Amino acid sequence: MLIDPMETQLPADPVQAIERPQVVTQSLLYLDGVSVSFDGFRAINNLSLIIAPGEMRAIIGPNGAGKTTMMDIITGKTKPDTGDVIFDGQVDLTQLDETAIANLGIGRKFQKPTVFEMHTVEDNIEMAVKADRTVFGTLFSRHSAEIWRRVDELLGIVRLGDHRKRLAGDLSHGQKQWLEIGMLLAQDPKLLLVDEPAAGMTDVETGATADLLKDIAKTHSVVVVEHDMGFIRELGVKVTCLHEGSVLAEGTLDQVSSDERVIEVYLGR
Amino acid sequence: MMLTRFLFEKIDRAGWVFLVLLGIAAVLVPVLNLAVPPGSMFHVSNTAVGLWGKYMTYALLALAVDLVWGYCGILSLGHGAFFALGGYAMGMYLMRQIGPRGVYSHPVLPDFMVFLNWTELPVTWWGFSSFPYALLMVALVPGLLAFVFGWFAFRSRVTGVYLSIITQALTYALMLAFFRNDMGFGGNNGLTDFKDILGFNIQSQVTRAVLFSLSVIALMTGYLVARAIVTSKAGKILIAIRDAEARTRFLGYRVENFKLFVWTVSAVMAGIAGALYVPQVGIINPSEFSPANSIETIVWVAVGGRGTLVGAALGAGLVNFAKSWFTGAFPQGWLFALGGLFIFVTLFLPKGILGTFTDWWKRRGERREPPASSPARQPAE
Repeated sequence: MLIDPMETQLPADPVQAIERPQVVTQSLLYLDGVSVSFDGFRAINNLSLIIAPGEMRAIIGPNGAGKTTMMDIITGKTKPDTGDVIFDGQVDLTQLDETAIANLGIGRKFQKPTVFEMHTVEDNIEMAVKADRTVFGTLFSRHSAEIWRRVDELLGIVRLGDHRKRLAGDLSHGQKQWLEIGMLLAQDPKLLLVDEPAAGMTDVETGATADLLKDIAKTHSVVVVEHDMGFIRELGVKVTCLHEGSVLAEGTLDQVSSDERVIEVYLGR
Repeated sequence: MMLTRFLFEKIDRAGWVFLVLLGIAAVLVPVLNLAVPPGSMFHVSNTAVGLWGKYMTYALLALAVDLVWGYCGILSLGHGAFFALGGYAMGMYLMRQIGPRGVYSHPVLPDFMVFLNWTELPVTWWGFSSFPYALLMVALVPGLLAFVFGWFAFRSRVTGVYLSIITQALTYALMLAFFRNDMGFGGNNGLTDFKDILGFNIQSQVTRAVLFSLSVIALMTGYLVARAIVTSKAGKILIAIRDAEARTRFLGYRVENFKLFVWTVSAVMAGIAGALYVPQVGIINPSEFSPANSIETIVWVAVGGRGTLVGAALGAGLVNFAKSWFTGAFPQGWLFALGGLFIFVTLFLPKGILGTFTDWWKRRGERREPPASSPARQPAE
């Protein structure tokens, strides 16, 4: 059964009743009372958020609202001072590092597109495809038709088939964004964290990216951080607005954008 | 069979040229040295054999540095330490071979220990009368040091200039330690006066020619191993780590394990190079640990072409050839010339000699066949 975050007021009673280390939820991602400070500055302040399996969620908020820090916490780059971060109902993400979390099934696209510039487009995807990731496994790995079929498929999805032999560093900004999304998909994650996928894109590219993400959301859970309101409207999903490290408002885009406080801190009058 | 395929599958044209030339040198140089009479114009002098043999071991060291620096972005300013440790392991074997022929004619103890009034062999020297044991130590001591060092450094995510400084400190600390007499490695005099290796007189020209050939073979083997690593999928990951370490981690690769692997392999290669160097130059002393040596190695790799393997070996040969000539012609000028060369290469040949040549060759090829390449490029726009 899916928990609908709108119906469940956080912190919900049944969850609260259970001792912390044994927190079990049916949600895919469960953040409760998460706080983190950097040199006294509270980047994340008692943040609670639930992502259901199969859900796509858009996160908005002004600069410094803690959007990227939240992603850092989920992916293990930053350890929270307090609070629970539970993935897939039982895994405590605060105890794991980036590699372990990636292998659990959380993929992340950075705000600045980050691809391996000196590798070809197809090699970028190939390295991301789910396979043996140990040193000796990769050292002695042979050409695998199965992996390359998957590479072909993914290149088709992110529309880079014609560019497969080019160096990733030669791609345009938008193409790099797409390549990175392709690499994310190649990992076959349960949850995709996508930081500003439409940044620096033309209107046409932005529209195509929205379609691509909607497509991905049919089979994956997705969290999208974005500033572009048009883009979020196109996604048509539930929106969470962060402000000063905690949730300010949550609901449909219309609900959130008509919220007085959201208009105050983010949208402006 | 699997190993052959693993080693030879991905050799490119430059690699084959390199291997074939080395193979020829391994056979031809000893023949021209030993079988051709000294008066002939084809004769290779004894000095040349010794000098070129030394270059081969330097080239292997450069290859080791290129493996970690060129492909994984780990700028080691302390690879001389691994080279010197391999050299010391070999030197200790050679010392034990002297036996009672030392100045003090002690049946077991090397001269410097007798001089220090020591009565028995320290534990660190046990087993070094056995050649297989010494060979094991040549690989094991640098390998183990690199493993332990790397385990801590890479796990705590020390990278970039901080790592370089620590490697520099590592080799400097070892130098100070080896200078001490009570370490039991001959203090500042080091180990020398070697007599024979495996029963063969180390001064004889035949032994020296064989050592030359062995150095060439070691260089070829080192190249094959390094090439197999960098062209494997693990090699792609190494380059990925070099260019975007965080991205690699978020893809689910254990970056520290990949670094540790290539770092340790590289240290073992450097150790083997040192072990071949010592019998050819006839001495090993703590100055081999000096930070300047390690930095010079970086210059060889940068000059030849970082991340090309063949270029690194080429750079080691060329720079040392220039050094031999320079130190003869203008002894005071060498360090200035070396510094100038490094600045020149950094400014004008950032890809080194081989990288620049490869680029030029590719562009020439493209100009020649414009119809084949330009339509293929069109859909890319």
